[in-house]
Amino acid sequence: MRITCPYCGERDFQEFTYLGADIERPDPNAPDAENAFFDYVYMRENPAGPFAELWYHSGGCRSWLRVRRDTRTHEISSTALAKASEQGGGA
Amino acid sequence: MRYSALAVLKEGLTGNRGWTPVWRKPEPKPHYDVVIVGGGGHGLATAYYLAKTYGITNVAVLEKSYLGSGNVGRNTTLIRSNYLLPQNIAFYERSMQLWEGLAQDLNYNTMVSQRGILNIVHSDGQRNAYVRRGNAMRLAGVDAVLLDREDVRKYLPTADFDNARFPIRGALLQPRGGTVRHDAVAWGYARGADMRGVDIIEHCEVTGFRIEDGSIKGVETSRGFIGAGKVGLAVAGSSSRVGQMAGLRLPIEAHVIQAFVTEGLKPVIDHVVTFGAGHFYVSQSDKGGLVFGGDLDGYNSYAQRGNLPVMEDVAEGGLALFPNLSRLRILRNWAGLLDMSMDGSPIIDKTPVDGLYLNCGWCYGGFKATPASGAGFAHLIARDEPDDYIGAYRLDRYARGALLDEKGVGAQPNLH
Repeated sequence: MRITCPYCGERDFQEFTYLGADIERPDPNAPDAENAFFDYVYMRENPAGPFAELWYHSGGCRSWLRVRRDTRTHEISSTALAKASEQGGGA
Repeated sequence: MRYSALAVLKEGLTGNRGWTPVWRKPEPKPHYDVVIVGGGGHGLATAYYLAKTYGITNVAVLEKSYLGSGNVGRNTTLIRSNYLLPQNIAFYERSMQLWEGLAQDLNYNTMVSQRGILNIVHSDGQRNAYVRRGNAMRLAGVDAVLLDREDVRKYLPTADFDNARFPIRGALLQPRGGTVRHDAVAWGYARGADMRGVDIIEHCEVTGFRIEDGSIKGVETSRGFIGAGKVGLAVAGSSSRVGQMAGLRLPIEAHVIQAFVTEGLKPVIDHVVTFGAGHFYVSQSDKGGLVFGGDLDGYNSYAQRGNLPVMEDVAEGGLALFPNLSRLRILRNWAGLLDMSMDGSPIIDKTPVDGLYLNCGWCYGGFKATPASGAGFAHLIARDEPDDYIGAYRLDRYARGALLDEKGVGAQPNLH
């Protein structure tokens, strides 16, 4: 499996560290924060198919990446810098 | 028919014409008291104990492919009960005791081989950790022996004791650990269940659930609707997909782990051995091949195949421990789909749907749990309450904070 880093180009996936599902961190001040954090930490959609996930290029530019990958085939359809998007940039 | 030495002799003298198929191939009936989804080890064991222990025989096991096609035929066949947490020790020791009597119980040769499992120690810190684990095991009545370097040499004369980076300092031995013929577990449980009236229906994929007023009424399948009083899910790596059809959202991620087998050798490794400084464990099969594996590939996957870098990493670990294996050729490698739970421990519980029961979260260790999982799940389905061993494996433990995190790595399934 090879991941195309926006800075470094196509690199072996061993250069990357895997976090898992790309899900938005809930607002800790929201009234239902306890349930929302339970869901955020433990519950997963776990789809068989296209999957949005976070990889960290620990062996390269040390950027967090949003990767869209098919969990049935390992085919990667898109890669982007996490901090370039509006939500959850600190993941 | 009952298997015995006499039966083998009689059949041998009469042309082997009297053997009968090990299980029937029935058509699904319109309704069962219990439907088990998933014809793997856990599903078949559940059906067996439902019939044998609780007298519930109007049961169907639905398998989407052929029997034994999933993880029960893809694992590396190890059994052990060398856990640290008291809930896990009790459960896996129960499983070990069922393994020890399984061939007699099933009248089927499951080839249980208690050859001992050695967890190799390479540093003082690691020895301390294993002393703690061994003491926890012994407090629970489980066998554990701390070996020093010279003891290990008697068990593993060909290992590299003076590796510059990872010298062998000792090992934690569980003498009763070992291996079991995995296919025979599926076939033996299937035969035992079938003999008691359970219908094992292969090539029957569940496509949906019929739920009315919060109660399960049956399952939609590729072979039509099948009514059911109760439904048990034992679908391992497919738990999220199947659970979703019943409206369940689970603390499970699907991951992939690889396993390998080499060409056949004369006996060279007599025990199960785990490398303590990398991702490698090995045992030798009765055919002579070394069966070995390592860690997960580390990312969500439903592909049932892994990537080459992990194979390289596992092989490096193996050669650090046994340099004499360097010219061995790997014959096959394959991968299994893991239902990784968020704390690394399993889930056996009721669900919010009345009459729907869940058995999942086995991570990479489901095979050794097969008998106790089946016995506990059968008890839960028959009596609507857990037995003495599965009470900690509740679905709501994540919300309650009552985690069973054997490794202490938190809600990060690829690290368990």
